[in-house]
Formats: sequence, C-alpha cells, structure tokens
Amino acid sequence: METVLTTHFADERYRFIDTYRGFGGYEALRKAISMPRDAIVEEVRKANLRGRGGAGFPAGVKWGFLPKDMSRPRVLVVNADEGEPGTFKDRRIMSRAPHLLVEGLAIACYALTIHKAYIYIRGEFVREAGILDEAVSEAYASGFLGKDILGSGFDLDVTVHRGAGAYICGEETSTLNSLEGKRGWPRLKPPFPATIGAFGLPTIVNNVETLSDVPWIITHGGERFAALGCEKNGGTRLVGVSGPVQRPGIYELPADVNLRHVIYDVAGGLRDGKKLKAVIPGGSSTPVLRADEIDVNFDIESMAKLGTMAGTSGVIVIPEGTCMVRALRVLMNFYAHESCGQCTPCREGTGWLRKVVGRIEAGEGRPRDIELILDLCDNMMGRTICALADAAAMPAQSFLWKFREEFDRHIRDRKCPYGNRF
Amino acid sequence: MSVAFSDAGRKEFERLLARYPEKEAVILPALHLVQKEFGYVSDEAIVYIAGLLSVAPAQIEGVATFYTMYNRKPVGKYHVQVCRNLSCSLMGAEHLIGHLSRKLGIEPGETTPDGKFTLSEVECLGSCGTAPVMQVNDEYHENLTEESIDAVLDGLP
Repeated sequence: METVLTTHFADERYRFIDTYRGFGGYEALRKAISMPRDAIVEEVRKANLRGRGGAGFPAGVKWGFLPKDMSRPRVLVVNADEGEPGTFKDRRIMSRAPHLLVEGLAIACYALTIHKAYIYIRGEFVREAGILDEAVSEAYASGFLGKDILGSGFDLDVTVHRGAGAYICGEETSTLNSLEGKRGWPRLKPPFPATIGAFGLPTIVNNVETLSDVPWIITHGGERFAALGCEKNGGTRLVGVSGPVQRPGIYELPADVNLRHVIYDVAGGLRDGKKLKAVIPGGSSTPVLRADEIDVNFDIESMAKLGTMAGTSGVIVIPEGTCMVRALRVLMNFYAHESCGQCTPCREGTGWLRKVVGRIEAGEGRPRDIELILDLCDNMMGRTICALADAAAMPAQSFLWKFREEFDRHIRDRKCPYGNRF
Repeated sequence: MSVAFSDAGRKEFERLLARYPEKEAVILPALHLVQKEFGYVSDEAIVYIAGLLSVAPAQIEGVATFYTMYNRKPVGKYHVQVCRNLSCSLMGAEHLIGHLSRKLGIEPGETTPDGKFTLSEVECLGSCGTAPVMQVNDEYHENLTEESIDAVLDGLP
C-alpha cells in the first residue's frame, strides 16, 4: 500500500532537516509557492482530506470559512493537544517526522495568507515539544520559515506553545482560550474561530495529522490522495491500536480498512490466546462495539451507520475477562476529572456518572441506577457549549446498551463478579 | 518569602513576552518556567508573575489551578505520574500503582518523608500503544513492568 506519512518513520534521522530534505522534503513547499493560492486550496479540497482530530470535518471547506476581507491578520493554530484516551498518533508524527508538520503548516499558511502560526502541544509532551522546537529552528535557518521564504516575499513566524494538562484544551475554542493564557474553557459558537479566533483574529485550527498530509497532496495532487481513501474520506489514516494485542502501535492504513483486519491481522490479534470482548473504535468517547460487530469498514460513514464513530481512530481492544463496569468506571473518572466545569449539565453530570458507575462496581448499586445513568446521559447530551458532555455520555450509554447484563449482575449480586480488578 | 527568576529565567521570560501579541498569553509558559525554577507554583510565585505581567494575582491563580500540571504544593525531587486510563489499566496499571505504592511506602498523592518521590495517578498520557506508562518528571517510561519500574527508580540519584 502507498503511504503518505510513515514512509520514512523507521529512519531515526528523518526528524532532522538534512535527512528530511534528502527524501525530497520541503520540495512541496517550493512547489506551493509557485502556485496560485487558490489552486493550493483547490488541491486540498480535491484531496477530500477530512480533519484527523476526531470530528472529520473537510479541511478544504474549513479553510474556506476565513473571511474574504484581508484587513485583519489571520492565524493558524495547530492542534497538537493529543489527549483522547486511546489516541497516540500525533505524538508519533511529531517525534518521527516533525518537518512533515512544519512543511504542511507552512504550505497552509502560504495558501491562506497567514503570517503567524502556533503549535499548541499538550504540556506532558516535553520531549516532542523539544523536537518540534528544534525542527522549527532548522526550518528558519534553511529559509523555509521566517522572512521572505524561498525568495517569495512571504513571511511566516511559528511558535511552539505548551499546554499544561487539560484534556478539554483539545476542543478547538478551548485551545484558543488556553493559548491566550486563560483557563481552557470552550467558547460559544458562533462566532466560529474562522471569524474570531486566537487573539480576536480570524483563525484556522487544524490537527497535526491533517496538516502533515498536505505536503504529499501538493507533491502528488489532490486526486491521487483522494484515490488512496474511500469515497467520502481521502488518503490514509494513522490507526492506533492499544490494549492486549500482539503488536500494539500506530499503523498507516486506508481510510476504509476493515476493523477486524486491523485487530487480527495488522495488530496480530490478542495476546495469550485471549478472546475479544469489546472494541472502542475511535478513542474513549466513541460508543463501544461488541466482538461480533467488528466485521465492518473503519471509515467515518460505516462507523456512523453502526452507531459509533471513527473518531481519532484510536482502537482500544478489550479482552474477555474484563469487567465492563470497571472499564466504564475508569472512563467516567476521566471525564469527571476533565470536565472544565463551565456548563452545569457536564460538570454535575460527569460527577454523577462517576459516582453511580463507581457504586455499581463497588457492589453498592441500586436497582434504579441503570435508569438513572440513562437519564443523566439524556440530560447531558447536546445541552452544553462543547462536546465533552456527549463524549462522556456516549460511552456510558453504549456500555449499558451492549453489556447491560454485567451491570444488572453487579447490582443484583451486590458485588463485582470479576473481583474488583482488571 | 519572596521569589524572583534567576538571570537565565528572567531572560527566558523576556524572550517569551516577545513571542506573543498579548502579554496574558505568556501566563502558561511563565508558570512552566516558575515550576522549572522553583519546583512548584507557590502563592508568592503567583504574586510575582502577576506583578511582572501587571495583572491581578487572582487571574494567575485561576489559570494555575485549572491545569493539572502546575503543582500548587511542593512535590518530591522525582514526580512519578502513572497513567490510570483504560489502555494502561487493561495492561496492568492498577497492579503497577500498587507495586509503586508498596515500594515507596506512600499512597498516590503523597510524598516520601525524605522528599525524594511524589506518587500521582494521572489521566491518559497519550502513550497507549506502549502501555502501561509513567512519567518521571519530564521523561516518559513505557511498556512498564515491576522490574523496569524498579530499574528506573533505583537508578535515580
């Protein structure tokens, strides 16, 4: 299969500019600045590139939301706040191929006439932030960033900005507030970031993987990129597989790869002869699938038909023998911890989900608790500024729908049949 | 007790100020710098940063307490943070947290009496494919086992 991103990941020196250039790096930027700006945007549109941060919004369309009026400077913010449990692909790009991201963002900025870009990276990624800083410095020194890039008269300044430990800062308006030095509270939309974003300026927020696809698109053309994927999602996707499989890791795969194939062939199936119990397909927020539901294509539309999401394509593999109540309790702890507290349904709802799921797992569940959880979810979904409430409610609902018997049994027997452990 | 950046810290702070169109944007990087220089974000450090940026201390405190990485209390020389989220749990994180607790003689959230180690449970560190994982100060340690944890901690001066 043709790869867009990972072709040279095995080369330890690929993260340095000399090696990157040796493989043709920054030639896409050179080509881009010889093209009309609209033609670059058109290639990305033709590429059918959908945002890789989880929501899957078409990147070319998003770029088109910037106001035509050029009187206010525009900003690009790279969302490198990778924090969705089960997701670890952007970290891989940044540590193995930081110049793919730098080149991609430079092309995007040129196409959209943006002179200032921020890479907002999660605070824990100290090593990756250092690698990015170094890559950015190398790019400045080689004339790919800074003043008068490659003699084009185009200037671009890039700043790497570290977050400080808050999952919510991956939500794009929260990213902007955090970048501005505020608490990471999501903003009401509209106005959308394209009109009023970072520092009050028109802003595009794109995921690391999304931008890293751009150099290949410019080099090989949007149509060829589109052809690598499926009808509604062009290109490849970095799929992360975690949990007790033979070969956990990041794999670059076609957007419509079969999910069973990912788990059993690509990742080698489960360890120690274990059987599959459940799969969380696209990061912890996406509704869980039973083992008998995974013979399906892993693209955005097929997943939606199944009532779940491809999300960040972070596949969490759950083996037989796992207590699903305990697994849900882990997730509910997470969302209660990460709710920013701004909206009441989310702040209170995630807290109550943690409490009620926790007491069921502890053998103290009450007969009405299942109903209570579903009622809580109903009062959270779609009633808040951002999607964190939905992100907590979706796993809660789906765990109950798909593994109801386990919850009932905990409540009926007043204990965890798995002995309160993983 | 009053605090002030070292000369190098002050220089870094000035460099940061020049990177952003608004001074408030320096709050997060400045708090990282505070933690690097003083080990934690004390009340005095909050007042100090507020003074440098001419904003209310409450604004800095509001930010400092929102983000989990800023320690508002002193931590040990080594801050051992173990991921407890799902992928790590499926790979034995609970068991390893128990091992760390017994080895260091403290519960999560506590610091050893000699001030060498603080043990914390944290949410997803974004390293799910190499679970279980812990972060000791800035450094990640992946694919953990009891043996590898012992090797890492026993090797720290």
